[in-house]
Amino acid sequence: MTAKVSIRGLYKIFGPNDKAMVDKVRNGLTKPELLEQHQHVLGLEDINVEMQSGEITVIMGLSGSGKSTLIRHLNRLIDPTAGEILVDGQDVMQLGPSDLRELRRKMMSMVFQKFALLPHKTVLQNAEMPLSIQGREQSEMDREARKWLNRVGLDGFEDRFPSQLSGGMQQRVGIARALTANTDIMLMDEAFSALDPLIRTDMQNLLLELQKELHKTIIFITHDLDEALKLADHLVILKDGAVVQQGEPQHILLNPNDPYIEDFVSDINRARVLRVRSVMKPLAAEVKIDGDVDAKSNLEKIIALSGGDTTKSYRVVEDGQAIGLVEMVDLVRALVPRASGTK
Amino acid sequence: MARYEGLFDALGLREWCDADKTEAPMSMAQLLAQASGGSEEATGPVLPFPSLDTLNEACARIGQTRDLTEGIEQGFLAIRGQLKFVLDPLTQPLSWMLDGALWVFETAPWWFMMPLLILVSWFVSKSRGVTLFVAFVLFFFAAIDHYNVAMQTLAIVFVCTGLSVGFGVPIGIGMSKSDTAQRMIVPILDLLQTLPTFVYLIPLIFLFSVTESKLFGIAIILYAIVPVIRLTDLGIRLVDKDVIEAANAFGMTNRQKLVRVELPLALPNIMAGVNQTIMMSLAMVVIASLVSAPGLGVLVLRGIRNLELGVGIVAGLGIVLLAVILDRVSKAALARVDKQRNTH
Ligand SMILES: Nc1ncnc2c1ncn2[C@@H]1O[C@H](COP(=O)(O)OP(=O)(O)O)[C@@H](O)[C@H]1O
Ligand SMILES: [Mg+2]
Repeated sequence: MTAKVSIRGLYKIFGPNDKAMVDKVRNGLTKPELLEQHQHVLGLEDINVEMQSGEITVIMGLSGSGKSTLIRHLNRLIDPTAGEILVDGQDVMQLGPSDLRELRRKMMSMVFQKFALLPHKTVLQNAEMPLSIQGREQSEMDREARKWLNRVGLDGFEDRFPSQLSGGMQQRVGIARALTANTDIMLMDEAFSALDPLIRTDMQNLLLELQKELHKTIIFITHDLDEALKLADHLVILKDGAVVQQGEPQHILLNPNDPYIEDFVSDINRARVLRVRSVMKPLAAEVKIDGDVDAKSNLEKIIALSGGDTTKSYRVVEDGQAIGLVEMVDLVRALVPRASGTK
Repeated sequence: MARYEGLFDALGLREWCDADKTEAPMSMAQLLAQASGGSEEATGPVLPFPSLDTLNEACARIGQTRDLTEGIEQGFLAIRGQLKFVLDPLTQPLSWMLDGALWVFETAPWWFMMPLLILVSWFVSKSRGVTLFVAFVLFFFAAIDHYNVAMQTLAIVFVCTGLSVGFGVPIGIGMSKSDTAQRMIVPILDLLQTLPTFVYLIPLIFLFSVTESKLFGIAIILYAIVPVIRLTDLGIRLVDKDVIEAANAFGMTNRQKLVRVELPLALPNIMAGVNQTIMMSLAMVVIASLVSAPGLGVLVLRGIRNLELGVGIVAGLGIVLLAVILDRVSKAALARVDKQRNTH
């Protein structure tokens, strides 16, 4: 399978003489050294990420780690210093201004942390914006915009102005706007970070629901590990402009390869985030089975099922098929961050 | 007699100084001294500043200050022909517009003009109080037989404000798009705003005949255009960067960005600029009556010249009333735009 979006050897250096700095960085100059000796800011360093079609790729990192810089390279709101960005195999660096606009109109839409709605337009007009830029028929714009506003739960708010809505509702407009564009790829830069925790959970659920239907290629940025684990099919962890680890989120959780990531994962509720599938072993005939569990259940559920008895074992089932075995001893071990690495 | 002769002697410049000695015109100080009949030696300061005039006394080769001002005048007169050749046709439409507007405002009968103006203020302000106030002021002008002069002033203000906005907004947009343009234009705006208003009448009087209405039109526009340019530039530069980024991310062209995002979001600032522009053209209209602009300003001037106290004061208060209604109407329009966006 070829990736929908591939980033290859991407460097971004901020400063007047950025091209000349790339080789220095390739030869081992670090971010503080580059700033100290050459007054250039190292934004991104040798990024290689494949984003698969129909998946949610989450890019996670602390503030200032270069997440926003990275996502803005995909639609070239920022131009790279070196490297390639391929969308459907096409190098976006080769596009002229009008082809680039076409890409932004037809291939990628974006949702912003601070919503970035037009304050002088109504909710409906905001949702119509991507189509009206392309000069579509009013009736078509109206139909599409209303459909997606309805889908994100904003029925009856079409004629309000953004300032009359709460943050969560404004971001629903932002999502409806991106959906109206009807693009394969959706870029979301900390789309839920500005919202209250409860609203944020709602919005995450909404996104997962939509994704189940629409199978878009979503690139989602967050600084929150819980959010990342909930949404990610593929997780990329960024630190000081470089990728420290990427892969299947449960795998990263169980095998962090860097103290930075261990710090990150030490605070979360592993029993709730880890799934049975991640801690199971191949089926073995000689083990006594106490029952069946679903591969997607989290560990919390199994602990409740076992009543805390660590001698029990369960068969793991997915779509009616037995695919593995989970022993309570392994499961409990997986709950302790460092012990789990030895599995 | 003069104290700097020794200096030129010491420098060995005496010959150069006296090379083509002619009777230089007397400086102001000499004239004064002659008039008062006193001797300079006795009354002059011990060590006068070596100004042009003082040095000229010691060395005739050095020009007097009068030569400087005369040089400027001669220089201006020398290029006047070409300047007039270029500027005259370019500015001719301004005369037509002013004359046309004056003609319309003077000839339209009061029973047509007054309701029209009241209706316009209703549509612009959408405020009953403001509209009633406008109606009251118009009836007041008519009642004290100042209706015609008030209309003349209003016609000039409308034309000059319209043109200021027409030119000022595009200039402001250009400035907001280019830091170089901004760096170049800001000093010019500073100059226009600080130059005493009478001063830029001077070159205009030389260029155009005083009977042409474009003379005061240009003076008013030069003075009143500044705020609308400044606030357009500021307004566009202050547009939320996130919204601009969204416009880019969805593939807007530069033109779409300007029309759909930047101008609408800058509108409150631009309208604040228009409000100031109206106020400034009204202020300038009075001074412009010195160069034959008709309207209330002429009555103020008559009050000063002929010491007709009552005429001057009534006309002055009339200008204040005009300023208040123009200000209220444009502010009400501004508030309407603001309110639509920020209601909760
Ligand atoms: N235009 C710029 N000029 C210089 N440095 C920049 C610029 N934009 C971003 N940076 C730097 O790049 C780094 C990453 O920024 P950003 O991508 O916004 O991080 P994040 O979104 O992860 O918080 C920061 O250190 C920031 O200071
Ligand atoms: Mg960011």
